[in-house]
Amino acid sequence: MLKIVKTEWKLFLREPSMVVFAVLFPTVLLLVLGAIPALRTPDPTFGDLRFIDAYVSSLVVIALAFLGLNKLPTTVASYREKGVLRRFSTTPVHPARLLVAQVLVNVIAGVISIVLLMVVCWAVFDIDLPHHPLGFLVTCLLGLLSLSALGLLVAAWAPNARSAGGWATVVFMLVMFFGGAYLPRFLLPDFLNVIGEYLPPGVGALQESWLGVAPDPAHLGVLALVTLVAGTVAAKSFRWE
Amino acid sequence: MAIIEVVDLVKTYDRKVAVDGVSFTVDEGEIFGILGPNGAGKTTTVECVEGLHTPDGGTIRVDGLDPRRDRAELRARLGVQLQQSELPDRIRVGEALDLYASFYRDPADWRELLARLGLADRAKTEYRKLSGGQKQRVSIALALIGKPKVAVLDELTTGLDPQARRDTWDLVEQIRDAGVTVVLVTHFMEEAERLCDRIALIDAGRLVAVDSPAGLVSRVDGEQRVRFRPAAPLDVALLTELPEVSHVERHGPQLVVTGTGNLLHAVTSVLARNQIVAADLRIEQAGLDDAFIRLTGRKLTE
Ligand SMILES: Nc1ncnc2c1ncn2[C@@H]1O[C@H](COP(=O)(O)OP(=O)(O)OP(=O)(O)O)[C@@H](O)[C@H]1O
Ligand SMILES: [Mg+2]
Repeated sequence: MLKIVKTEWKLFLREPSMVVFAVLFPTVLLLVLGAIPALRTPDPTFGDLRFIDAYVSSLVVIALAFLGLNKLPTTVASYREKGVLRRFSTTPVHPARLLVAQVLVNVIAGVISIVLLMVVCWAVFDIDLPHHPLGFLVTCLLGLLSLSALGLLVAAWAPNARSAGGWATVVFMLVMFFGGAYLPRFLLPDFLNVIGEYLPPGVGALQESWLGVAPDPAHLGVLALVTLVAGTVAAKSFRWE
Repeated sequence: MAIIEVVDLVKTYDRKVAVDGVSFTVDEGEIFGILGPNGAGKTTTVECVEGLHTPDGGTIRVDGLDPRRDRAELRARLGVQLQQSELPDRIRVGEALDLYASFYRDPADWRELLARLGLADRAKTEYRKLSGGQKQRVSIALALIGKPKVAVLDELTTGLDPQARRDTWDLVEQIRDAGVTVVLVTHFMEEAERLCDRIALIDAGRLVAVDSPAGLVSRVDGEQRVRFRPAAPLDVALLTELPEVSHVERHGPQLVVTGTGNLLHAVTSVLARNQIVAADLRIEQAGLDDAFIRLTGRKLTE
């Protein structure tokens, strides 16, 4: 199993676009936004926070959403289309291991991406690190797992790699929208924000744990539920060929 | 001794019957060919043997195992080259072999295997940069990495140029000489004739015959073909009504007359009587493709 993860990790590193989007993009975006003075000035509309302070949790959403809803479903669907999964089925190792390895690679990439983001937040912009580290870690993990489960569901149902890419993009956009990646969340109407708080990857819980309170169990519960339901349905309905 | 036994295998997709009551046995140490036209059910048959499909009827035993029930054990003993299966674009040949080797209890040394397949210098090459023939050899390497007792190779030379094809044939013989039983799926006559100890002819999901190549050909022994280009239009009926002629086919400007007895004499007499000159006249002995036509009434490749 370790060898599968290692191999998949190497393959991930060899796809420059994947590495750039999943690992570097959120940090680069932070640096770009942070270079604009107005976004670095405390503003009463955000409760005397700076724009970048308020936007950090959306940057985390970008990283997680890309990994779970772009990289995962397109890779898995293309593995099915090329017969990689089928070839696995002819060996003593079940192809499900390959999917598990993909999710683990996502977790590793997600951790690196977020750690990098936090280091730059702290060192360059003096943004506080998450005040509730454990809650933040659990939320990130559950957030990524729930998005990965949704990504696998897309891969399970899509007839081919191309349509998997299409479907995944739709879900990706929704998650990014509710997660406040396009329009900062304070510009969104309240009811949309409430939806976004619960939707994977749980931007509500991310923000809470970053700002210092333990994440609301209801938020985490929703994420766990999504992971469980989407994961089970994906596993039950997955077509290996 | 039989290492594979297939009895009355039936497999249906939706409503289409792909394999319809096929039975055969494969002996240990032989190269067993499965030959038939496109869509005959060859791949479906071997994929049932590999345990990738659940048969709708019949029984299969591979080295004493039931491919569905004893899945795990079967996979350790059976090496498979699928008709269509690629690797991730950016995986290196050496990495792929190393990875697949880790799936087996007692794998072959993958470096040695690569060297034997003439891929020693490709270990660090990414899969997407390999030629068709090299990909095919990697596929064979992956089928052999677990030191299988039986290797099932599906269409392993399709898409290769003649030289690469002959190299691959040598390779299959080496595999057999190393003690591995080989099941070879193909729709190339020449390949089957050259490599196989025995051949199962399959057509439209049914088993037509199982025999050695020579045995199959002997079923149409005495049959010959006369091939020529008539210089003037010729009424084919004049030929088909001859007792020596079994059938006549047109290939563009060429006529191919199949039959027995003194076929050449009979045909040339008709031509002479009608004052038609036969250009490019050739006579051929029956081969495996004639056996196929005789047994199924159809041609193997169109
Ligand atoms: N997954 C599938 N779903 C439905 N029908 C299928 C499927 N796979 C094969 N068939 C049909 O079953 C029949 C046998 O197919 P099979 O692939 O076994 O043929 P084959 O002898 O291997 O042909 P080829 O020489 O083209 O590889 C064909 O008519 C094919 O259309
Ligand atoms: Mg086939």
